[in-house]
Amino acid sequence: MANPSPITYDNTALFDRRPLRYDPWLTRNLRNLLFTGIASIFAAIAVLPLVLVLFYVLMQGGRLISVGLFTQLPPDIGMEGGGIGNAIIGTLLVTLIASLIAIPVGVGGGIFLSEYSSGGWFANFVSFGNDVLAGVPSIIAGVFVYGTVVTTRVFFGQSYSAMAGGIALAVLMLPTVIKTTYEGLKLVPQELRWGAYGVGASKFVTVMRITLPSAFTPIATGVVLAIARAAGETAPLIFTALFSSFWPDGVFDPIATMSVLIFNFAIMPYQAQNELAWAASFVLVMMILAANLLARWIARMTKV
Amino acid sequence: MLTDSSQAGSGPTNPHRNLDADAFTLRRRPPSEKLLDLGFRQLTLVLASVVAIVLLGIFITVFQGAREAMASFGLSFLTISSWDPVNEQYGAFTAIYGTLVTSILSLAIAIPLGVGTAIFITEDLIPSSVREGIGLMVELLAAIPSVVLGLWAIFVMGPAIRPVLNWLHELLGWSPFFDTAPQGPGMAPAILILVVMVLPIITAISRDALNQVPIELRQGAYGVGTTRWGAIFSVILPAAISSITGGVMLALGRAMGETMAVTMIIGNSFNFSFSLLAPGNTIASMLANQFGEADGIQVSALMYAALILMVLTFTVNVAAQWIVRRLSLRY
Repeated sequence: MANPSPITYDNTALFDRRPLRYDPWLTRNLRNLLFTGIASIFAAIAVLPLVLVLFYVLMQGGRLISVGLFTQLPPDIGMEGGGIGNAIIGTLLVTLIASLIAIPVGVGGGIFLSEYSSGGWFANFVSFGNDVLAGVPSIIAGVFVYGTVVTTRVFFGQSYSAMAGGIALAVLMLPTVIKTTYEGLKLVPQELRWGAYGVGASKFVTVMRITLPSAFTPIATGVVLAIARAAGETAPLIFTALFSSFWPDGVFDPIATMSVLIFNFAIMPYQAQNELAWAASFVLVMMILAANLLARWIARMTKV
Repeated sequence: MLTDSSQAGSGPTNPHRNLDADAFTLRRRPPSEKLLDLGFRQLTLVLASVVAIVLLGIFITVFQGAREAMASFGLSFLTISSWDPVNEQYGAFTAIYGTLVTSILSLAIAIPLGVGTAIFITEDLIPSSVREGIGLMVELLAAIPSVVLGLWAIFVMGPAIRPVLNWLHELLGWSPFFDTAPQGPGMAPAILILVVMVLPIITAISRDALNQVPIELRQGAYGVGTTRWGAIFSVILPAAISSITGGVMLALGRAMGETMAVTMIIGNSFNFSFSLLAPGNTIASMLANQFGEADGIQVSALMYAALILMVLTFTVNVAAQWIVRRLSLRY
């Protein structure tokens, strides 16, 4: 430009005291480095338990995997060998009972909270109660079912039963299922509902054919995670489903589950039992990790 | 629309002729459809109220069961440490002390670890694939059943930390908290396994909270010339503190109610001791151990203990919700 600005700034007073170069030895930069180091150490410590637990479960449990493990009963005290076939079936059965109760009730409750209530006192109470129920310790769910199902012998005079265990697990699953259904339905765009009403659909048809299918992914993810969590629960089963050394004999009798088997066999002073506890841990952890990866896969599948 | 335009194009007659014809008659919804609609609404209402019924049922069951023990032991149940089934004298002080000490100390260790990890995986210190990997691993840690952690604690962690506990005993043996020689099970291993269990909760909630801090706050902090950790300590953490505190309270509730891993490693002793190296007890582990075989007033005493545990976790959880709502982000 031919006409230089008459105004000149004296920048030196402001800027020349410190070079604009990164100086690693400044206190602030050293402190920065220190905290970054601390945070990375903390992250390493946080990951360490998973690595160690998985390592030992794979090593101690993995080497015991055989056909007999899945087809045989646990050995008597002092005997060698045996398997956890009854406990695997028991875990599947009790978790299935819990799912059959908790999923319909939870999805229905979630539909009510999201689609039918308009923030009245009842909906507020239910959603507050749901958060409280989610925080109830799992052992308390066991105490509750012990008091209402086991001691009252409501199921054909049977006290401890697979059914009682399933109900206890359902109590624990219910809050998760309600919460994920509710939050999944909230994500469905309002326009979809309006569109359905606009072409003359009733509310029931809208929920069943439009809203619920649109929210399938988050609901399915949450439900799978809830099932995985329930399958590993032990505390509510100890005095509801109890344990059994025999093959399952219907849903109204005590039943063995892998989680209770691990608990019982871990604290026994016999090596055969301890080994079966590790083997059961291996099977249980594999099932639960598979369910978790399945949930992730469901979530990713429909995101694209 | 379609019928209308095709009709209109077919002849010079009134284009609005068909508006009131068959295609556009308002169809009355048959009563069956209305009934279905109403019935479905009522059904979901009933299903939603199951939550309330279960919650009230839990309170009533536990309270009813505890009444006998409440009548005979009163509030001294909270302060007496003897648990004597032979003379039917019951006090839950050992278990209450164990519950509070294990949960609070485990949180004291897990909070810096969890929040530090959360910062590490929300900041862009390392490639995002590594961060996602760490996040995934912490989430999977939450999926490991507590009974498996208990098994691991008995056979792997317990023997491994024995030398450390011995060293602590020699170093700090003068204080009442370390004055017993470490045996296999004890409060200290229980605290460590609780750290493993609550760490994923704190990390996950802190990570979500940190991710929700608006980018403008961070850019503003960098704009006035602070360093990364200056921004974290004076801007980002304060902005996320309400959710983090809420998450910590939830973790506290979880730690108090955690049963299996603690039961397997704490020793289940009713002899009261201040020492963290001695075997102890928590309310949850006491329930897990005794409920199956108890009868008479012992069941009632256990129900009383369960009621105390419920009140504790209820208070903590409600406080968590209150904190999140009350101290929610304000900038």
